[in-house]
Amino acid sequence: MSATFVGMPAFPEAARAATGDAQLRHNLRRATHTIRDKRAAVVGELDDWAGLRAAGKAVKDRTLRHLDVYLERFEAAVTAAGGQVHWAADAAEANRVVTDLVLATGERDVVKVKSMATQEIELNQALAEAGITAYETDLAELIVQLSDDLPSHILVPAIHRNRAEIREIFRDRMAAWGAPAPDGLGDDPRALAEAARVHLRERFLRTRVAVSGANFAVADTGTLVVLESEGNGRMCLTLPDTLISVVGIEKLVPTWSDLEVFLQLLPRSSTGERMNPYTSTWTGVTPGDGPQEVHVVLLDNGRTDVLADTVGRQALRCIRCSACLNICPVYERTGGHAYGSVYPGPIGAILTPQLRGTGGAVEAALPFASSLCGACYEVCPVAIDIPEVLVHLREEVAGGAGHRAERAAMGAAGWVLGDRRRLDAAQRAASAARSLAPRHLPGPGAAWTDTRDLPEIPEESFRSWWRRRSGPGEGAR
Amino acid sequence: MRIALFITCLNDTLFPRTGKAVVRLLERLGHKVVFPEDQTCCGQMHYNTGYRRDAQRLAVRFVETFADADAVLVPSGSCAAMVRDNYPRLGAPGSRLDRAAAEVAPRVLDLTELLVDVLGVTDVGAYFPHTVTYHPTCHGLRLLGLGDRPYRLLRAVRGLELVELAGARECCGFGGTFAVKNPDVSAAMGADKARRVADTGAEVLCAVDNSCLMHIGGTLERARAGVRVVHLAEILASTEEEPARI
Ligand code: SF4
Repeated sequence: MSATFVGMPAFPEAARAATGDAQLRHNLRRATHTIRDKRAAVVGELDDWAGLRAAGKAVKDRTLRHLDVYLERFEAAVTAAGGQVHWAADAAEANRVVTDLVLATGERDVVKVKSMATQEIELNQALAEAGITAYETDLAELIVQLSDDLPSHILVPAIHRNRAEIREIFRDRMAAWGAPAPDGLGDDPRALAEAARVHLRERFLRTRVAVSGANFAVADTGTLVVLESEGNGRMCLTLPDTLISVVGIEKLVPTWSDLEVFLQLLPRSSTGERMNPYTSTWTGVTPGDGPQEVHVVLLDNGRTDVLADTVGRQALRCIRCSACLNICPVYERTGGHAYGSVYPGPIGAILTPQLRGTGGAVEAALPFASSLCGACYEVCPVAIDIPEVLVHLREEVAGGAGHRAERAAMGAAGWVLGDRRRLDAAQRAASAARSLAPRHLPGPGAAWTDTRDLPEIPEESFRSWWRRRSGPGEGAR
Repeated sequence: MRIALFITCLNDTLFPRTGKAVVRLLERLGHKVVFPEDQTCCGQMHYNTGYRRDAQRLAVRFVETFADADAVLVPSGSCAAMVRDNYPRLGAPGSRLDRAAAEVAPRVLDLTELLVDVLGVTDVGAYFPHTVTYHPTCHGLRLLGLGDRPYRLLRAVRGLELVELAGARECCGFGGTFAVKNPDVSAAMGADKARRVADTGAEVLCAVDNSCLMHIGGTLERARAGVRVVHLAEILASTEEEPARI
């Protein structure tokens, strides 16, 4: 995959193009509403959902508080089970570790299980630079890879595509990557899935190295866990000789009984299923069975900085279920690409600026890409108060250099609002000039009047009415 | 009961008719309304846009102004939520603002909470012979948890026909400075909301927040949809003798 988010415009501009794309909005609306409704139905049938959610939050918080302890416990357990743990401080280091491991096998092809961590570090590009081809095996990732596109959703990276578009992509691009699409391929989901199955099967049987991420890592036993729907992950995790897993350090849970909570929270929040079709777990090497060389790359890449922020750290509880994307009215209108990162939607709006810092234009715009409606917080299975973190990050951005004019305007507004006499005077001035109020505002005000009428300015403010009504001295306490 | 009214800067400046309706309604129900004149603004816009320090100053003014009030009525869901939800995390832990906020926050009420929970009425004796649909604004819905209170109040209004709004729980796209910082997304959300409102066939769209109504109403008006937006207080204040102007 050579496409990259680098050089994308900041959210408001990217969103303008997206909101004007009727096909995209139609695809997104259909897809998000379908998953949203499925989630609501399966969450609604559990009477202890609130308790599960609280437990998920508590387990993650406890783990993050003592992350150093659990990470070392995990490393020891993996090592004891015949696996090898590598530590990567940033994307470059993780990419180097994985590239070297693949090169050492002598292979030049790897199959991949869908993984956000490897997307985050742009592993495929790094491998390509070293002459290694990474083949995505998740159906949606495959669509994105074949079309040289970018992912637009955490769970369904090709959510912005409809069936007809997918058929075109398979027909035109599959042959360049391996087994071609069958002649006369239709666009019904079964035919498309079958075409992908045939295309991938041959790849699974030939490839000796696999790269994965993990949904969870159990510290007690050194076990990695992947939840998936298609079975492609199971193939990648069992058939090759070498398995390399890139795992964010926040993926840890202490024990298997902690894991149990998340095995209930994740499928219902994510795909809207009571249980996902495939749950794979592996612990180091099992002689004679499955990959005989197992590596785990523990990735920091900004996570310890996030951990240091007492408000922002709750973002590390995220289990990447996508429920916040599917419910988000902003995401529904813009899609994922507008967020300029592999982490789109509400979680992306708080995670990307924290992982990358708020210095860049894309990152600085993200905390404002929300109306603060709170729907994301409501559905989040680990109760991340996304609006709280958004406001917290807005503060960081608003204090920066790009916000001098706004800061001055806010300061002026604060000054007027900070005293009843000044507010009163401003209200009187507005009422006196009410007949002059324009229908279309210039400058930033145009953002309002381009699509909406302004309310009429009343003859007098409430406080002035109150004063007239109660007489002097009355009314004030 | 003596009720202190925090009108909010937006209502004060642009929607005094909502404030007048609140006063008329509560006096009709036999209560005394006071209006502490030192009040200005809760600081929501500053807080939500990232200007915590400005918001803190406004919050200090608020908690001082309403320190002695038994009940503070805020006829705006998002401003009530600002005080109740955000004031407690606005000041440094243990600071004066922090302590004062914890003191005053529980006494801050939205109109529907005041009526249903504190005053124990759902039938306020109102008359409003129109079809009405209700938009549960996000902060009223998710931060205040108003639940079915507004619907119970509306159902008890004589002459009023309440019609259901599809996708009611979805944000209208106002979001304060969001409307200006992300105008395209805000307008797209507003247009969808306005379309759904128009689809109900209602004459009037009602909510507990004039900021959202200003956004949806401005969109409806630009589309010449013919639906009026009216704050819940104005519907509840309306009687046969003094009907609300719509
Ligand atoms: S923030 Fe919460 S809802 Fe969003 S992806 Fe993460 S766990 Fe899921």
